[in-house]
Amino acid sequence: MDTLVIAGRSYASRLLVGTGKYQNFAQTRAAIDASGAEIVTVAIRRTNIGQDPNQPSLLDALPPSRFTYLPNTAGCYTADDAIRTLRLARELLDGHDLVKLEVLGDPQSLYPNVVETIKAAEVLVKEGFKVMVYTSDDPIIAKQLEDIGCVAVMPLASLIGSGMGILNPWNLQIILSRLNVPVIVDAGVGTASDAAIAMELGCAAVLMNTAIAGAANPILMASAMKKAVEAGREAYLAGRMPKKAYQASPSSPTSGIIGS
Amino acid sequence: MITLHINGQMRQFPAVMNLAEFLESLELSGKRIAVEKNGEIVPKSQYLVTPVNDGDQLEIVVAVGGG
Repeated sequence: MDTLVIAGRSYASRLLVGTGKYQNFAQTRAAIDASGAEIVTVAIRRTNIGQDPNQPSLLDALPPSRFTYLPNTAGCYTADDAIRTLRLARELLDGHDLVKLEVLGDPQSLYPNVVETIKAAEVLVKEGFKVMVYTSDDPIIAKQLEDIGCVAVMPLASLIGSGMGILNPWNLQIILSRLNVPVIVDAGVGTASDAAIAMELGCAAVLMNTAIAGAANPILMASAMKKAVEAGREAYLAGRMPKKAYQASPSSPTSGIIGS
Repeated sequence: MITLHINGQMRQFPAVMNLAEFLESLELSGKRIAVEKNGEIVPKSQYLVTPVNDGDQLEIVVAVGGG
């Protein structure tokens, strides 16, 4: 069976989804069920001291026994903040060590700060974390992150939450040709065809949040993304026909045509 | 009363014996949280033996929806 293997564990789904920007936990759960995703990202945030502590929590809607949590460092702009956040996440999730590292450069672009990302990755890998790392589509940086020991490298397709799709398939292909760990497109997917293209390029998986949560019908889009990722994967495995730019090739027999 | 720097805010609380009692007073006992005290993670198993003193910096976090 064709499975996604990350840090020695197999997953049937190659679609990873975020849990942000939904209207409520019921919609979150319905969309994630429709997506078929097994790995879900979560953010780590301060509790509101003094607010009703009995409000429903994300962990009730998405039981950690059923989903693989991927705590992220969204909103962190330094290696130190990202490291602290993931240490807290590991404590919060009872020693769970699979994490998503992202260190951002500025709040307008949310582009990764790769210098801080590399610093944080070095520390976290030494501390035993299994690091899935968000990065730019720079092949040199991607390779460095693999060499540090990250268990998956996750280049952006375009800016986080932009829905602009895959802006530089050529860089992604360079990364795919050089890395051995799973390469996962993280950020920028806008619609189903973007996810299919990422998979056709040979990506191991796709991670998205806004493309589903920001759709007019998130649950239907989650279903579309599930199919797109599966279709893209199958097309990659099938091996596409070669492109012939200047020579057509008829699909019907060239002999026995009436009047010939 | 003790003054704590908690989740980025200075706030006053009644003095407590330990972190477990402090979390109880916030109704956070048994909740899925993680605590950092003065920059160090406090494991759940250590709540009963971790003092909370005037001037301590605490971070208390939860998991929320995110991408």
